[in-house]
Amino acid sequence: MPESAAPKPRDLGGAIAGWLRPNRKQLVWAVALCVVAAAIVIQVQSSAKDDQYAALRRDDLVQLLDGLTTETDQLTAEVAELERTRDALASGADAEAVAAQEAQKRADTLGILAGTVAAVGPGVRITISAPPGALTTDIMLEAIQELRDAGAEVIEINDSIRLVAQSWVGQTQEGLVIDDQAVSLPITIDAIGDSHALTEGAKFRGGLVSQVESDRIGGSVDIEQLDEVEITSLATPRTPRYARPA
Amino acid sequence: MLAILGLIAGVVLAIIWRPDMPIWLQPYLPIMIVAALDALVGAARAGLEHTFSDKVFAVSFISNVAIAALIVWIGDLIGVGSQLSTAVLVVLGIRIFTNAAVIRRKVLHA
Repeated sequence: MPESAAPKPRDLGGAIAGWLRPNRKQLVWAVALCVVAAAIVIQVQSSAKDDQYAALRRDDLVQLLDGLTTETDQLTAEVAELERTRDALASGADAEAVAAQEAQKRADTLGILAGTVAAVGPGVRITISAPPGALTTDIMLEAIQELRDAGAEVIEINDSIRLVAQSWVGQTQEGLVIDDQAVSLPITIDAIGDSHALTEGAKFRGGLVSQVESDRIGGSVDIEQLDEVEITSLATPRTPRYARPA
Repeated sequence: MLAILGLIAGVVLAIIWRPDMPIWLQPYLPIMIVAALDALVGAARAGLEHTFSDKVFAVSFISNVAIAALIVWIGDLIGVGSQLSTAVLVVLGIRIFTNAAVIRRKVLHA
């Protein structure tokens, strides 16, 4: 390396004076520092301004892209799986709701048949007046039978006795007994069903009305067709002792 | 004095002018900056050892920067650009630290 200046000791003032005096050495330094400073500032500005990927090499970008693609694939697969799970859960919930609805419907039907739930609907109210002891079990059974033939779905006696499959009709000294409950006169029969058919079922020749109003009994029957008959008395279901589902 | 003025002029110029860096230069500018810093530190050491030569400084400055960029460019061409730029940075960093240590001993005597 050629020596431009011989190393000679200088005092401090001379050094500062030399430092202040412009010369070629200083000029070279100035140019070099200017270039480096400008380059650094440009670089700093560009890396602060540009997004971080601008300065990356092609290899790095390819690698980055590969990573992103792999990640996208994984996430897409995850999304698909989650959507499948969601669909399965939704359809499962639907099926469960449908099953619950069906079960509720069955329970309602069976409850009405077994007399464990109150029922409401169009029907008739039949009021039978007769001298004490004149009404027999035969007439009562026949009346119930005719109402059932005419399509009565729910039958109630005297607002307190719900007739179900196990109901029975008996007779004591005091009068009629249905399901262990004495039936006082006059007897009212509420029946839910087609009110016209029920009326005809009671009125036909030789039916309930003509029997009760015959000279032998001497009573009277009043049939009222109603848009809404409400039956609230319930029957207590008994657990079968012998029968079991086959 | 001129050196300080040059430094300030460079910063001010870059801030005012705001040149857009050409795309092809982007991967090389950081390496070139480090190479230039190495040349500057080496020149400072030479100045303290009273062996400074403006011609040598100018040539070494330019060639340092050019060679650093060239090495990285060739590395990019053959597919080891990032590794080579790391290697260049390590070597330049070692040189900067070595020169800085010499400067420290000269200035602080420690």
